[in-house]
Amino acid sequence: MLSVQNLFFEYTKSNPVIEDISFNIKQGEVCGLFGPNGCGKTTLFKCCLKFLKYEKGTITFNNEDIKDKSIHEMAKSAAYVPQEHKPSFPYLVRDVVLMGRTPHLGGVFSISKKDKIKAIDAMKLVGIENIADKPYNQLSGGQRQLVIIARAVAQEPNILFLDEPTSALDFSNQIRIWNLLRKISGNGTTIIACTHDPNHVMWFCDRVVVMGNKRLISIGSPEVILSEKILDEIYTDTCKVSSIGKNKIVYPKKITNNKREIS
Amino acid sequence: MEKNKKKSKYNETEKHFDTKRKKTILLILFLILISSIFIALTIGVYKISANDVYNIVITHLNPWGDTNDLYRVYDVIVWNIRFPRILLSVAVGIALALAGGIYQGCFRNPLVEPYILGVESGAAFGAALAIVIPSFFFSLQISAFIFGSIAVFGAYMLARVRGETPTIMLILSGVIIGSVFAAFVSILKYIATDAALREIVFWMMGGFYYASWSDVLLILPIVIICFFILWIFSWKLNILSMGDEESKTLGVNPELYKVIFVIIATLITAISVSAVGIIAWVGLMMPHASRMLLGPDHRFMLPAAAMMGAIYMILCDTLARTLTSAEIPVGILTSIIGAPYLIYLIRNKGKLIFGVG
Repeated sequence: MLSVQNLFFEYTKSNPVIEDISFNIKQGEVCGLFGPNGCGKTTLFKCCLKFLKYEKGTITFNNEDIKDKSIHEMAKSAAYVPQEHKPSFPYLVRDVVLMGRTPHLGGVFSISKKDKIKAIDAMKLVGIENIADKPYNQLSGGQRQLVIIARAVAQEPNILFLDEPTSALDFSNQIRIWNLLRKISGNGTTIIACTHDPNHVMWFCDRVVVMGNKRLISIGSPEVILSEKILDEIYTDTCKVSSIGKNKIVYPKKITNNKREIS
Repeated sequence: MEKNKKKSKYNETEKHFDTKRKKTILLILFLILISSIFIALTIGVYKISANDVYNIVITHLNPWGDTNDLYRVYDVIVWNIRFPRILLSVAVGIALALAGGIYQGCFRNPLVEPYILGVESGAAFGAALAIVIPSFFFSLQISAFIFGSIAVFGAYMLARVRGETPTIMLILSGVIIGSVFAAFVSILKYIATDAALREIVFWMMGGFYYASWSDVLLILPIVIICFFILWIFSWKLNILSMGDEESKTLGVNPELYKVIFVIIATLITAISVSAVGIIAWVGLMMPHASRMLLGPDHRFMLPAAAMMGAIYMILCDTLARTLTSAEIPVGILTSIIGAPYLIYLIRNKGKLIFGVG
C-alpha cells in the first residue's frame, strides 16, 4: 500500500533530517512508527502527505507516485491527524467532523444527508457524540484530538496517518483509540501512527518501523523488533522487555526506589 | 424495518445538523434589509410623503410608467439622489462586511478587516493618485485596486514568520502599511492643486454625497457577483480557516484559494473605497456580530454579515444626511458608533479573540 524508497529530506542545505529511508506497508496493516524525539518522524509523515517537498526518493500509494497526485487526490486517499491543532474560530464539533467529508463533496453546496450521516457515524465510533454541539476551540487538548480522529474517520481514507494520536488522552481513551484503529484497519484502511509508547506498538501494531537519528533502524513485527537490543540502541540502557500472558510488555530498567512511605 | 431505521437516521441528521434556525435568521435579515431600503427612501431633509416616494419609484420601475407626469423636484430628489445613494450604501456595506469576513477567514484571525490591514489606505492612495495625476492612471477604480492589493499582500508578507501569521504581527504590519500609505496620501495632498485637494479631503472622510446612478451601476453588480462567487466557495473558506496543513489534508489547496479569496475581497474593498472613501470598522464589526448570531460557519456567516453590513450602512448614511442640516461624513459616524462596540469587544471577549491564532 504505502511504499517509501530511498527517501532523503533536508530543511536547510547540508542539514539532512531524513537519510535514505525505505520501507513498505501492506494494505490493512496497523504500523507503528517508533523513535526518539526529533528523529524525523513527523517530517517523514509530512513528506508522505506532500506537505514537504523531498529531494530524493519516491513515495507511492498503491503503486502511484504521490508526486503525480493533486492536493485533492491526495485528500481522497490519505487523511492526517496532527499532533496538535491550533483552533481558529469556534466551529462546533459536528461541523469540524463534517469537514472531513470535503474531499468527497462535488459541486456547489453539495453536503448531502449521506455526508452528514457519515459524520455522525464517525462521531459515534470515536465516542464524542456528547460533545457534538460544543465549540471546538473550547475543548481540552485530548478532546480536540478525538475530534480530529473522528474527522479523519469521516474522511474514509485508504491510508491514515496519525501523529501521536494518544499523546493527550487519558489511559482509557488511549486504549479505546488503539482498539478503534485496529477496528478501522479491519475494513482495509492502512494505518500508520507514530507514538512514544513502546507498549502501544507492542500490543496494537502489526508492524513497526523504528527510526533513530535520521535513518531507519529496523522494521518488522513488534514482538521481534522491540527487543531489548534494539530498544537499547535508541534509548541507551533504559528498557526491559518481559512477557505477561500472551503479550509482551516494555518497562523501565531502573525505577529509583526512594518513594516515601505514606502512613 | 430497514426503511424505518433509515428514516430514524435521517431524523437524527436533522437533529444534529439543524439549519432551519439559521435559514430563518437569514430570511429575517433579508426582509429587514429590503424594508430599511424603503424606509430610508422616505426619510430626508426635504420632506416628501411616503406615498409620493413610492409612487415615483414604482413609476420608474414600471417600463410603461411615464416619468414626465411626476413632480420634477420630488423625482430628482427621490430617484436621482436618494435611491442611488441608498443602493450605493447597500453595495458598500456588503462589500466591506464581506471583505472583512473573508480576510478574517483566510488569515485565521477574527481581528483583521480591510481598514486594519491597510487595504483601505492603499486603495485610498491609489485613488488619490488617480485624482492628482489623472493622465497617469486611466481609472480610479483600477488604481485603487492595484494599491489595495499591494497593501494587503505587503501586510501579509511582513507578518509571516516561519509559516505562521500571528495576530499581533498581522495587526502591526497592517498599521505600518496603512501609515505608509497615509503618508503618501499626505504627500499627494501637499502637491495637489486646490481643486484636487478639496476632492481628496472630502472623499477621504468617507461619504455618499456624490452617489450617482453610474456609481451604483458599476459597483452594485460587481459586489453582488463577487458575493455569490464567495458564497459558492464558503465551505472551502471554512476549511482554509482551520490552517494551511489542515486544508491540504482535506484537499483544499491553501495557496490557490487564499489568493482567490483575498483578490476578490480586495477588489470589492477597492471599488468601494474609490467610490465613497475610507469607512472604518464595518468589516470588523459585521462579521463578528454575524458570527455571534449564527456561528462561524461561513456558509451562513457570510450572507448574514453582508446583509448586516448593508443595513448598518443604510442606517449610518441615513443618520449622516438627516441628523443635522449639513451633512456629516459617514466615515465619522461609523467610527463613532463603532468605537463603543470595539471597546465592548476587547473588554468582554478580548481573551477569546486575542487568545487564539
